[in-house]
Formats: sequence, C-alpha cells, structure tokens
Amino acid sequence: MKKNKSSTFFLLMVPVLLWLVLLIVIPHLDMFFRSFRFENDEGLMVFSLNNYLSFFEDKIYWLTFVKTALYSIGVTILAFIVTFPVAFFLTKVVAKKYSSFMVLLLLIPIWIGELVTIYGWMILLSDNGVINNFLMQIGLIDSPIVMLYTNFSMTIGLLYMSMLFMIIPMMSALESLDDSLIEAASDLGASKWTIFRQIIIPYTTPGIASGGIIVFMLVIGDYVAPNILGGKSSLWFTEQIYNKFLATFNWNEGAAFGFLLLLLSSGIIWLALKLTGQKLEKVGS
Amino acid sequence: MDHVLEIKNVTKKFGDFTAVDSVSFSVEDGGFFSILGGSGCGKTTLLRMIAGFEIATEGELLIRGESMSGIPPEQRAVNIVFQNLALFPMMNVEKNVAFGLQRQKLPKPEVQKRVSEMLERVGLVGFEKKDVNDLSGGQRQRVAIARSLVLKPSILLLDEPLGALDRKLREHMKIELKVLQKEIGTTFIYITHDQSEALVMSDKVAVMNQGRFEQLDTPKNLYRHPATSFVAGFVGDNNELDITGYADGQLITANGGKLFRPGLDIKPSKLYMRPEAFVLNPSADLSNIEKIDMQIKALLFDGANSKISAVMKQSGDDVLISLPQNAESESLREGDELIVGIHHDDMKCYQE
Repeated sequence: MKKNKSSTFFLLMVPVLLWLVLLIVIPHLDMFFRSFRFENDEGLMVFSLNNYLSFFEDKIYWLTFVKTALYSIGVTILAFIVTFPVAFFLTKVVAKKYSSFMVLLLLIPIWIGELVTIYGWMILLSDNGVINNFLMQIGLIDSPIVMLYTNFSMTIGLLYMSMLFMIIPMMSALESLDDSLIEAASDLGASKWTIFRQIIIPYTTPGIASGGIIVFMLVIGDYVAPNILGGKSSLWFTEQIYNKFLATFNWNEGAAFGFLLLLLSSGIIWLALKLTGQKLEKVGS
Repeated sequence: MDHVLEIKNVTKKFGDFTAVDSVSFSVEDGGFFSILGGSGCGKTTLLRMIAGFEIATEGELLIRGESMSGIPPEQRAVNIVFQNLALFPMMNVEKNVAFGLQRQKLPKPEVQKRVSEMLERVGLVGFEKKDVNDLSGGQRQRVAIARSLVLKPSILLLDEPLGALDRKLREHMKIELKVLQKEIGTTFIYITHDQSEALVMSDKVAVMNQGRFEQLDTPKNLYRHPATSFVAGFVGDNNELDITGYADGQLITANGGKLFRPGLDIKPSKLYMRPEAFVLNPSADLSNIEKIDMQIKALLFDGANSKISAVMKQSGDDVLISLPQNAESESLREGDELIVGIHHDDMKCYQE
C-alpha cells in the first residue's frame, strides 16, 4: 500500500491528512507557540519562559498537579478492580445471549451524558440525599455524613463516568482467552488465585493497559465531575486551566498549563507501559 | 494387573440430554487405551469426567482404587492434553513445562532437573527459551505432552491431540506417541474419532456410540469380530447390505439378491463384507467360499487403497472391492465381468 502512489491512495489520504493537520497539528502548534508568549512591562509580546515558570513558583499549582496525577492513577486502579469481576462474569460465566443485553444496560449512562449522571449522584450523595436518608431511617446514623463536595464524591463521579471504558477492552481480551487455558492450568494443579495471577492477568494485560490508558486520560482531563461533585475543595488541574482561560483571560499561561498536563499524562502512561512491559502498538490494536 | 482406573455405571446428563449412558469399564495400569467414536458420542464428556471438569450425574469413578467424588481437577493424579493443546502463550517452552511442578512447590533445582529430563525425552533440547507460538505443530504437541507427563500422572488423558496436524505429521506422531507410552509406561487414555489412530496405537479400544460402549476389545478383534453392526460399519471400511430375509442358509438382500451364508442362528437384517475380504477370481478348490458374479462399474485408483466399484449382477447391489496393485489386475477394465469370492466367516450378519 505504501508503494502504491495511485490517485486513489491520495484521495483516501486527504480526509486523514485534513483531520490530522487541521484538527490536531495546527491547534497544538498554535497553543505551543502561545505558551511561550508573554506580555512584558512595556505591553509588548515577547518570547519567554515566564508562563511555565509561574507554574513552578506558585505552590498551589504544584499541589493541584500532583493531586490530579495521584487521583487519576488511583481512579484507574479502582476502575480495574471494580470492572474486572464484571468483565469476567459477562464473558466467562453468563451465557452469550444474556451478556450482550447486560452490556447494553451497562452502556446506558453513556447515552444519558456525564452531566446528568453527575446530577444523579448529587441526589444520592447530598446531606439530605437518598443514602443519608436511608441510613438515618434504619437508625445506623443520627446525623448525615458529609459525602458531597468531598474527594470521595469526586472519586465516585470520576469512576462512574470512566469505568465503562475499562470494561469494553477488558471484555474483548477476556473473550479471546480460551477456556481450555484455565482448565489446563487447573489440571496442572494451579489454585484459583494462581490461575488469576499467572494466566488470566498476563493474558489480558494488553486489554487492561488499553482500558487503563483510556480511563486515565478521561479522568485526568475531566472537568465536570471534579467541578460539580468535588466542590470548592476539589483542586483539579483542568480547573486551573479553565480559570486561566476564562477567569483571568491569560490564554498564554493557560496554554502553558495545558501543555504541562499533556506532558504529565503522556509521561505517566509511558512509565506505566514500561513498568508492565507493554508496547504501545500492541495495546493500541 | 492392577486397574488404574475403574468406571462404574457412570452417567452424565445435560438437562434432558444423556451424554454418557451408564458406562462401566476399567483400564489396566500401563496400557494404551483408546475411546473411539464420532462427534457427539460422549467421549469428550467421559474424558472430562475422568479429569474432573465434569461431575458424573450417577455412578462412581475410581483412580488407583480411590473414589474421585468431590476431588477437583487440580488434586487428581490425572493430566490432560487438550485438543487445542492449550499451551500458555505468554510463557516459553521451559516455563510451560515447569508450570505444574512449580505448583507443587518443589525446590528450584529439582524443577530444573525434571524439566530438562522431560524435554530431552520428547526431543526438545535447545528449545527451552523458545516462545511456544514459534514452534511447529509437532513441537507444540510435544510441549503439551511434556507439560503433563513431567508431573508423573497415574493417567495421561489425550483429547484428539493429533486432530489439527497435517496427515504426514499425524502418521509420524502416532508412532512417536506409541513409542513414548511404551518407554515411560504411563497409562494413556486416548480419545479420537480417527479409527486408524485408535487401531495403530492402542492395546484396547472402546467404540462409543450415543453415550454407550458398543464394544471394548483389542484393535484386531474390533476389526475381525465386530460385536455390533455399528462397530462393523465404523471400524474399517465395509460394504453394508440390508437383508430382508433368511432361509436355509440363503440371505435375501433388499434388492432381491441371493447370497449363501450358512450357520446363522439369528434373523439377520444387515450384512457386512469388507472390501479387502474379497478374493478376485477364486480357484475352484477353495471351500466355504461364496462366489458372486460382479460387473465392474468403475476402477478407483488410490495407490495401495485402490478399489473396484462393482455391482452384483443378479441384484444390482453396489459393492466396493479391494483392488490389489499387481500385473494381473492391470488388465481389468470398466464394464468387465468377474467373479469374486468371500469366506462365509467374513460375511458378518447382525440382527437389529
């Protein structure tokens, strides 16, 4: 295909190139150059590293940055722990005809949209919400537990909106896992735990990794869940970028922060792939 | 000799469907035992019950005299080679073979020693670090067998492991398996739908049909003396003729043909004659031979398996006859008439 430089080839290339250049390369280059522009004392735009330096000078940016990174990693791990049993059940335990219906049910929150599901969680988690009311009615607690506008509620929101993107790649990895591998391992004397650790996990690692990348990227770049469910205390890095752009109208610094987030998330994914011995080509396929 | 495996009235039902129907047999220690049957006859279910992946609905299963009820697969002294081999794709050859030994928490040097001994035995020295996906079909086969045998099981179960190989390699692996079994002396229970595999390798073969054993015998007896019409039709090639009447030693075929076969004390409904049991142009001094007039319809050349497709002149019944490849048979042509003879004992009759 690469050697075939026919007109059809170029025709097919046009949409791809348009997309890549117009929607990805040019905007990013624009942001990149913008992030180095700084208005000096005389009101002139000059090249400068000041936009990046301001990030390192203010402690609050730093802390937000680190918190965002740690929470994103945490939510990704939680998403794996929560969804793995579900994915395993849907692919290996339940009959095929029911499982496709169940997957359809799982996807409903995506159709509804993030904002609406987040408001749904507010109804559940607020001080006089469903959960607190229920706990007080059965007499387990006397006064409501504060759940909304905390890191807890933020984590739940992030997890809920992202975990489906973990299930799908994991299910396709599990589906390709031949049941006889599990039986062979058990026949050779492996306990359930050993089968899980030595057979299922290594086999599904590419699926887990690609699901993990999607979840991590969604979470680290999310704005709605931290902003609404996390309240004032959420301190999510996207909120800092949002403030730069729309509260202080400092687009140049906002661009610099955006690039820092891109570097951070790429760096963490690279490290995670290195640590688990995965290759990006394999995970992507 | 001791029985390594005893099966007593084992039945397995899936809902209304009875996969294995009250089967009883025992397997002698150190033998090569095959279960031969078509797809869906229950042979795989039977094997999976021995391995412990399925629980018998009724009946008892003993390995070395111990009841296996409630004992999970990982605790049975039985290992299985799966149809698709089920090698662990994320491990190399050595790790695949070591997997079972490591589960037994053996010291590392011991594991190392037994793995390399086993790899030597199956002829895979030098392949230790190879990825299992890079091996040929025959080598993958040997890894699967080594992985099970290294645990020194009482019984090795093999679920049609040669099915996926090409014909040449399959012929080769048949002999290799047989030799390996004789060398190490482990009892093999081999499941197959391929009668040639079963006949060549086994000491005893059970022919299975619709969840039941039709006959359990030596390969030679299965071939020479089929106990039921199913076995006669299933093992080896056979000409099957429907019989509508029998009187005074005279068989009447459905097409009205008459064949002389004295000494039957049943009311036969099926007649089986093997293509290779026929003698072309039998000499007159042979006794107990039924001579049949035939006309050649077609000559089917297939090397040593060449056959004549012929019709019985008096009734038009189709019959396949083995055609020896020699100078004499060269002269035969389509449309020729010839007389073939068959010994009365080779005319197997069954009542259904």
